[in-house]
Order: sequence, then C-alpha cells, then structure tokens
Amino acid sequence: MTVNINSTALAASPAKAISISDVNLYYGALHVLKDINLEIQPGEFFAFLGPSGCGKTTLLRLIAGFNEARQGKVVIGGQDVLDMPPWKRDIGMVFQSYALWPHMTVAANVAFGLEERRLPRAEVERRVQAALELVGLKHLADRRPSQLSGGQQQRVALARTIAIEPKVLLLDEPLSNLDAKMRVEVRRELRDLQQRLKLTTIFVTHDQEEANTVCDRIAVFNEGRIQQVGTPMGLYEKPANLFVANFLGTANILDGTVSGSGAQRSFEVKGAGSIPIPEGASVPAGAKLVFRPQYATLGTLEPGAVALTGTIAHREFLGATVRYGVQVGTATVLIDAPFHSGETLLETGATTTLGLKPSSALWLSE
Amino acid sequence: MALVQSIPIRRVSAKPGQIFAIALIALFLAIFLIIPAGTVIYTAFTEKGTGALTIVNFVDFFNTDLFRRSFFNSVYVSGMSVVWATAIALPLAVLTTRFDFRGSLIIQTLGFVPLIMPPFVGAVAMQLLFGRNGTVNLILNDWFGIRIPFMEGLNGVIFVQSLHYFPFILINLSTSLRNIDRSMEEAAQNLGSSGVRLFRRIVFPLAMPGYLAGASLVFVKVFDDLATPLLLNVKDMLAPQAYLRVTSVGLTDPMGYVISVILIAVSIFAMWLSAVAMRGKDYSTTQRGGGGLSRRKLSRGESVIAYGVVGLILLLVLSPHIGLLLLSLATVWSFSPLPDAYTVAHYGRVFGESSLYIKNTLIYASLAGLIDVVIGGAIAYLVLRTKVVGRRWLDWAATAALAIPGVVLGIGYLRTFYGITLPDGTPLATLWVMVVLALAIRRLPYALRACYAALQQVSESLEEAAENLGATKQRTIRRIVLPLMTGGLLAGFVTSFSTAAVELSATLMLIQSNSDAPIAYGLYVFMQSPAGRGPGAALGVIAVIMVALCTLLSHYVIERRQKALGVTK
Repeated sequence: MTVNINSTALAASPAKAISISDVNLYYGALHVLKDINLEIQPGEFFAFLGPSGCGKTTLLRLIAGFNEARQGKVVIGGQDVLDMPPWKRDIGMVFQSYALWPHMTVAANVAFGLEERRLPRAEVERRVQAALELVGLKHLADRRPSQLSGGQQQRVALARTIAIEPKVLLLDEPLSNLDAKMRVEVRRELRDLQQRLKLTTIFVTHDQEEANTVCDRIAVFNEGRIQQVGTPMGLYEKPANLFVANFLGTANILDGTVSGSGAQRSFEVKGAGSIPIPEGASVPAGAKLVFRPQYATLGTLEPGAVALTGTIAHREFLGATVRYGVQVGTATVLIDAPFHSGETLLETGATTTLGLKPSSALWLSE
Repeated sequence: MALVQSIPIRRVSAKPGQIFAIALIALFLAIFLIIPAGTVIYTAFTEKGTGALTIVNFVDFFNTDLFRRSFFNSVYVSGMSVVWATAIALPLAVLTTRFDFRGSLIIQTLGFVPLIMPPFVGAVAMQLLFGRNGTVNLILNDWFGIRIPFMEGLNGVIFVQSLHYFPFILINLSTSLRNIDRSMEEAAQNLGSSGVRLFRRIVFPLAMPGYLAGASLVFVKVFDDLATPLLLNVKDMLAPQAYLRVTSVGLTDPMGYVISVILIAVSIFAMWLSAVAMRGKDYSTTQRGGGGLSRRKLSRGESVIAYGVVGLILLLVLSPHIGLLLLSLATVWSFSPLPDAYTVAHYGRVFGESSLYIKNTLIYASLAGLIDVVIGGAIAYLVLRTKVVGRRWLDWAATAALAIPGVVLGIGYLRTFYGITLPDGTPLATLWVMVVLALAIRRLPYALRACYAALQQVSESLEEAAENLGATKQRTIRRIVLPLMTGGLLAGFVTSFSTAAVELSATLMLIQSNSDAPIAYGLYVFMQSPAGRGPGAALGVIAVIMVALCTLLSHYVIERRQKALGVTK
C-alpha cells in the first residue's frame, strides 16, 4: 500500500481516551471477563494480547457493542457507551474476516457508513475517494470484494471503517488472514496510518511479535483477567507473573525454596545450588526463579554471578548462537551462548556450571 | 469485591420490535394452525350433542366395518407404496452412486419429474395406459391372452403413488450413499470383506437412516393423500372417508374428526420413527476429500442389463406424463392402445373457459409463497439472530404443520370459521383467502427450512460490520441481510409456490364455487366426467409446464446471483 502522505481529506478529530472500569461479563454461568480495569491514552496504539479464549476479543466486541456486560463502564471521550446500541457508538471496527458485503462494490462498501449517517451525496463521494486513496485502492472502487486479494480486502475493510471518521479504531486480529510476508508489510502500514490519523487504536492479537512491533502499550490477557499492562520492553524485562514471562519470549523457570531472612535471603534450587536474593527484590509466596536464556553463561562466571551445576541435555546450533538445554536439578533450562568462530562446543552429557547474576533473575508466582 | 457490589447490574434489554414480530407470528399460527387443528382433535373426543369428553367416537369407529376396512386399506396401500417405491429407487440409487454409469445425471434429474405434478393428475392417464382396457393390457391380451390388474382397486392407488413418490426415497438414499466415506469401504476391504457381504454389513447399515427418512415420508404422503383414491374411485380408505363424511353427512358428524385424529397420529408416529432411526446416526461423516464410495466399472453384459433396467424404470416413471400429454391431444381414446386422432381443441377450450383456474392458481400460490417466505424469514431471523423468549416455540409450532394433513386442516378451517360470517352473510370459511392461508400453513415448514439455510449462509460479522458503521437493526436487515438472503428466499418461495399450485386436499374442502377454484380443483372436476378428460389433461399439462418453468427460472436466477456474489465453489 502506497500511503498518500498528503491526503488530509479525512479530518482527524482530537484523539479520544478509553477508560474501562470494573467490567464483568458472563456467558450464562461462565465468567468470561473478570474485573477489567484499563486506561488507554488518547492517540495510543494499544494491544490486547493473549492466547485464544482469554477474553481479549470478547472485550473488544464489548467496546463495539456486540456483547453486553453485566457490570462496569466503558467511557470513550468522556461518554459511557455501554448503554448505546452499536450503531450509535461511532467506533470503527475492522473484523477478523473483514466482513465485506459481497453484494456491494468496493465503493459501495466504503460509502455504507456515510450513507447511514445521511451525509450529502457529494460529501459521501468525497470521503469514499479520500478513504480509498488513503489505502491505495482508488483504482479498484468498482470491483466486488470476491475479486480482490486478501490484502486488498483488508484495506477495503480499513477504508470502510476510517471513512466514518470514528472516535476510536478497533482491529480484531487484522493480520491473521494474510500470509507471512504480507503480515510484516501490512503491520508497518497500519502503524503508519495510525500515527498520521492520530486515532486511538486497539489491536487484538495472539501474536506477541505483532503486538511488540506495532503497539505503544500492551495488555496481556489470560483466563478473562488482565495480567499486566505495559510497554513491550517493560513487559519483557519486568513481567508481573509467570504467565506473562512465559507468554512474551522464552523464560527459564526453576523451582526452589527461599531460606534466610532480611538481606541474607537466598533461593535454594534442589540438587543444583543456591542463589542470593538481592536486597529489596520482591519474592511472592510460592515464587519460582525466572531468567531469560541469554542472561546466563555456561562454563565461565561473569563478575557478580553465582554458579549452579548442570548437565548438558541437548544442543542446537542456530548460527549466531548455540542453544543448550541444560538439566538443572529436575528441570531443563535453555541457555543461548553467542557463537565465536573456532570455539569448541560443549558436548551432550558434560557436567558444567551455569553462571547467573542475581540482578538479572526474577522471582515470580503464577 | 465490595466495589463491584455497588455497581448496578445491567440487564439485557428486550427489543420492542422483536417482541411485536414474535407476537404477530404467534397470533397467525394460533389462529390458522393451532386452533383449527385443536378444534378437530377436541371434537373427535367430545360426544355429539352434549359436548362431554368421551372416547365413544373411537369405539364407534373401530366397531364400524367400513372404517376398520378403510383403516387397514390405508395402512396396506401406504406400506405397499413404500415397498414398490423402494423397488424403483434402490436400483437407480445404487447404479448412480456405486457404478461408473453414464446417464447418472439424467436419472437424478428425471427422478424429480414426478414431483412437479400431483399424483392424481396422472391417475386418469394411468387408467388409459394400464387400466383393464388400457394400452398395455390390450397389447398383452392380443399377444398372450392375459391381463394384469395394475389399476384394479387398491392396486391402482399403490401403482400411481409409488411411481409418484419414489423420488423421496431416491434422493435420500442417494445422498446417504454418496456421503459414505470411501475409507469406510476400504477399511472393510482391508479387513477381508467384499461383495455382497460388504454391502450388507457396511454400506447398507450406513445408508439406512437416509432410507428410513425417505420411506417414512412416502408412507405419510400416501396415507394422507385424498385426491388420488377419489379419482380412482377408491372410497374405502381413510382420507376419502373423512372427506365424504364431512361433505355428505355434515360438519357435525364426529367420524370425520376421528379419522382426522388418526391421520395426525399416523403422521406423528412416522415422523417419530424416522427421527428415532436418524438419532445418533448422522453418518454423513467425515473427512471430505476421500469423497463418496468408489465407483466400479460395469462389464459389457452388466451394462446392457443396467441400461435395460434403467430404461424400463424411466419409461414407467414418465408414463403418467406421456399418458397425460396424449390424452390432452386426443380426440377419442378408448379401447385402443393409442388415441384415434389428435387435436389441440382441448387447449383452446381450457384457455377460453378455464383461464380463470390458471389465474386463481397464480394468485393463490404466489400469495401462499409470499406469506411463507415472510413468516419463515422472520422466524429464522428471530431464532438465529435474537434471544427473544419464545422464539423456539414459533419454530416448533410452524414445523408442527408437517403433522397436519391437508384434509384435516380443511376440516379444521370449516369447523372453526364456518360459524363466523361476514357482514353480507357468507361464512368466513368459504372465502378464497382461507384457501391461501391453508396452503401457506401447509408449505410453511418447507419454506422455513429454506429460510434457515439462507440466513445461515450470511455470516453474522457482515451484520455486525453494518451496525458498527451506524446502521440500526432494521437498516441492517434491509441493506445487508435481505439482499444476501434473496437467493435462499427465492428458493423457499418457489418451493412453496410450486407445491401450493398443485395441492388439492385442503382446497377440495374449502372451495365452494367454481369461480374461486384453482387448477388442481378444476382438474379434479374435469376428470370426473369422461367428456372432461381431454380438457382436464390439457389443464394438467399446463400446470406441469407452469411449475417446471417456475422451478427452472428460479434455479437460473439463484445461480446467476451466486455467481455475481462470487460465492460459488
């Protein structure tokens, strides 16, 4: 898509904030959304991230008006929208399946929302042209949706939505029906478009890479609850619990017990050794030791690091790095070691020391 | 948690428009289906004169020799019709699905031909072809000195009905056979089974539910049919008895109602039986791609036999149509294998005098189709797209019409609406609108299925997208749902239209004057007298052509639409 940078035909109204408080939603007896509280800043590109069935799409559909909450508030631009029907909300949503109407041309699809708003014919025409130009599909205005490729259909769905100049934009897994190459391309374009329109946008995805690359902030969902809200980097560096640590990137998790107290606390990993817990580090009840594969060394000890003993269980050569699986106590952890030319690799079965700085370790619970 | 407590609990609001729609449909079904049917059943269980509840009417029924005989005749005719329909359908189904058989398409297409003409239309033509002095018996007598009583008494009804209704078995059986995954058969072969044993132990059981569904449908249709036995002058069967009692003895005679209750009970029993047969046996499995049973090539000898059998069956199937066409063009056709001479005078007469029948039919059937599509579409939408309380009840009530035979509905209308008179003194029951309503109610279950199918093809996200862009529910229905359902609604309309155009059972009860009569009624009147047979046959040919044209046209329109939307596979 060649985004027309000079196109200002679609007016950008001041970006709206979204404030969600105490939302609870049930399907029959099933508690699907549990105590959802969330503040999304005006103009923010925000992601709902989580595995399937975690409630992220349910919350998105609630905001659009397709689910009814039993409790709570969703305030957009200072107005509680939950008592409004979907057609009064002025919230643009791009559906996962695109939901283009097969009996209408591309132009008619884009014009639909404008016609429903009883805009004068000339204004409808102008905005349809502007929206199609924005997504680079002006030349396909008279085609039927079935004559377009997946990527083109997605752009029509987007054009149709931004043509009504919505208060906020909701994207339900917008990349999931595209092939891998298109996905990378389209997500950059989405980011580009959002930045220029300054539109508060929520992006639902189960793919952490998509969320990380496109969004300003992410809410991680699991089992109907928001687990943590933060920037992509913040979530990776400081996950709030084991689920977030595991869902974003690879995390090594070791079971153990805390001993001592005050400044003298340490974490005992059975059969492998113990690690001092830094002063002031929070250690919730039932906590486990968590670290990323690239934060540990094998064989050597960096200054300030402590040693655990382990056995090499398996080895994968990945080019720039070598990924070792190391048996530590009863668990197997993954260690990424940078590969240097001429280096001898550790063999499977060899006993080794695993060096870890307590400052790059975390103690997290479920 | 205390915080949550303080927030008011939101309630899902009921939409007034939906409640209004549901109330309107419920009222319609109550007045024109449930109350008439209920009245019939209630009357059957009340004592004549006193109105006290009793089963004495049923005791009387089974103590009367004529009624007992009628009951057993009806059961016998229906059962034998299923047997013969199976005999026709089974070879066709097996040949077209299990063998590499050229002409499969022709068989499948010709198989539907009988259905576009009501069975009684062909009955008279069949008399001339297969009757005691019909074409076939004249030839047999000439050559071999024998006559076969094809059309004598109950035989005639069985013969006509099985030729007419075998497509129900053919369609269901072929579908079942085609839905059996190839791997089922291959697994059996792999374990050492083959030939007849394979068919008996694997293929036949898997196809059984489909067969039973078709067979029970045939049984019910034959059991309820009024016009065919009447035209063949067979009076000691249940449906004709109900009709004769009500028309000759009067509306107060309990026997018509008792017979009606028995007809309803048999319908429900047959539907229950087929439901039981189908339960938990949705064998239309499976991993597609394996696709259907493997087809075997026929050897040369087998081919000759197969083509011979198929040719003979098709000739038989088409014989009512051929006979009807000949009859409509014949000057005199009696005691000779073929008509003496040919003329188009009958058509002239039909178009001259009887164009009223054609006009009435077009009006009645179109209105009935329209009512069905509107109500069917509304029920489908309420059931599939809303959560209004009571929507399931509408579905059940509309489907219950399947169990009410036309004769029974006709009797019910007479009983319920005869007492209500218009300002000018004519009873409501004899108004032509009642015929339209009866036809609409009878066809509603089929139209409803078509509407369900049509709406299920419209993805819900298409509607949500419209609402998201600012369209209200009503606007979404108008601009998105209806345009996308057009094809399916049209299919539903045509199904209702074409079957309503040739239905007679309820019509026969409700039509009081010739000027209100549709084609089916006119046909019946014509066919009563030998002089009327020619024009009657011409009217029949016109009816067949009309229905066939409508069906073809709708197929064409639907296909073009689908192509335009790019939804064809």
